[in-house]
Amino acid sequence: MSKEWPLWEIFIRGQHGLSHRHVGSLHAPDAEMAIKNARDVYTRRNEGQSIWVVEAAHITASSPSDKGPMYEPSESKVYRHPTFFDIPEDVGAM
Amino acid sequence: MYAQMVKSTGAGVKSREEMSAEEAAFQDRIDADIKIEPKDWMPEGYRKTLIRQIGQHAHSEIVGQLPEGNWITRAPTLERKAILLAKVQDEAGHGLYLYAAAETLGVSRDELTEQLLDGRMKYSSIFNYPTLNWADIGAVGWLVDGAAIMNQVPLQRTSYGPYSRAMIRICKEESFHQRQGYDIMMKMAQGTEAQKKMAQDALNRLWYPSLMMFGPSDKDSVHSAQSMAWKIKMDSNDELRQKFVDQTVPQAEYLGLTVPDENLKWNEEKGGYDFSEPDWDEFFDVLQGNGPCNVDRMEKRNAAWDNGAWVREGLMAHAEKRAVLKTAAE
Repeated sequence: MSKEWPLWEIFIRGQHGLSHRHVGSLHAPDAEMAIKNARDVYTRRNEGQSIWVVEAAHITASSPSDKGPMYEPSESKVYRHPTFFDIPEDVGAM
Repeated sequence: MYAQMVKSTGAGVKSREEMSAEEAAFQDRIDADIKIEPKDWMPEGYRKTLIRQIGQHAHSEIVGQLPEGNWITRAPTLERKAILLAKVQDEAGHGLYLYAAAETLGVSRDELTEQLLDGRMKYSSIFNYPTLNWADIGAVGWLVDGAAIMNQVPLQRTSYGPYSRAMIRICKEESFHQRQGYDIMMKMAQGTEAQKKMAQDALNRLWYPSLMMFGPSDKDSVHSAQSMAWKIKMDSNDELRQKFVDQTVPQAEYLGLTVPDENLKWNEEKGGYDFSEPDWDEFFDVLQGNGPCNVDRMEKRNAAWDNGAWVREGLMAHAEKRAVLKTAAE
């Protein structure tokens, strides 16, 4: 019998209250072991406060070929950024 | 360098006219320093060469634990033991990052491991040399990790995203490895006559094998051009070797040790040292499996794989059983 341990994606929340961030992946037989392994591999130098593990097979990703239709429309919508609007200095901070 | 003599497609670099539209668009992205990600289209040769290179690199990290692990139980103090343990544990982590990067190219970690174990894939020649005295552990950190850093720092900019990210993580940790090695060397070189002798002996034995880590001379390096065009190799073997020598010689001088090379001389004109090439016949012989420790290293890796089988299988069976029970309870 030979069955490879599934792949898990590892997300870690660092010290400063930011969101969990993807740091890498590893193999483990189940979620509990994935957390233990993630602790050993990815937090040896105080990198984290909290760990999430997700089995890689459960992640759905967007396709690179959809890049154009997905992201190009936002390029022309400059008015979505605050810098688009000129506010007179007299108005003060805004 | 932890990946030597990585075979590329062998077809040579294609000119723009010879490229298909897809290949040309791919090369454009690379030339513009846009990272290639796992789901992006890539030439088959790029994928295969990367699997070989990253796989060989990963194997080197794993096999590289053996010469150092050899001294964990005999480290001279508890502190040195704890430091060496942490370093060897880092190497396991580096292997893991790299296997994970290779897996994004459509090969499994177990497949790569099996290819190492049956000799289809290689690891760096340097790990086929023994660590005979405690100063060797210092010299490995100082020279071997030093040479690895020389190669890995530019690889942080490599074109393949997952490989680049693995290298960034590794480089962060590698600097600790080199400094702990140099720290051991300082202690030995400034110690008793006997300690100083051990330090010199370690340098004598590991100097040329370290120079070999960068791979054969550029004139004999047949696979470099395509890899450099694809930015999976950033500098030539000879450039990196020169850089390594220029950086290391003053460090040896500080220790009061002598680099075992009669031809070593500062060359004002080129702004670097002239030095002797390593014995390339020995290098090819070690790659062929005839180094002092090849057989022992492979026996140990095979034993670890075989003896760990029941753990891998047992944990998987346990996980499956628990998943079934959980589903039944819901």
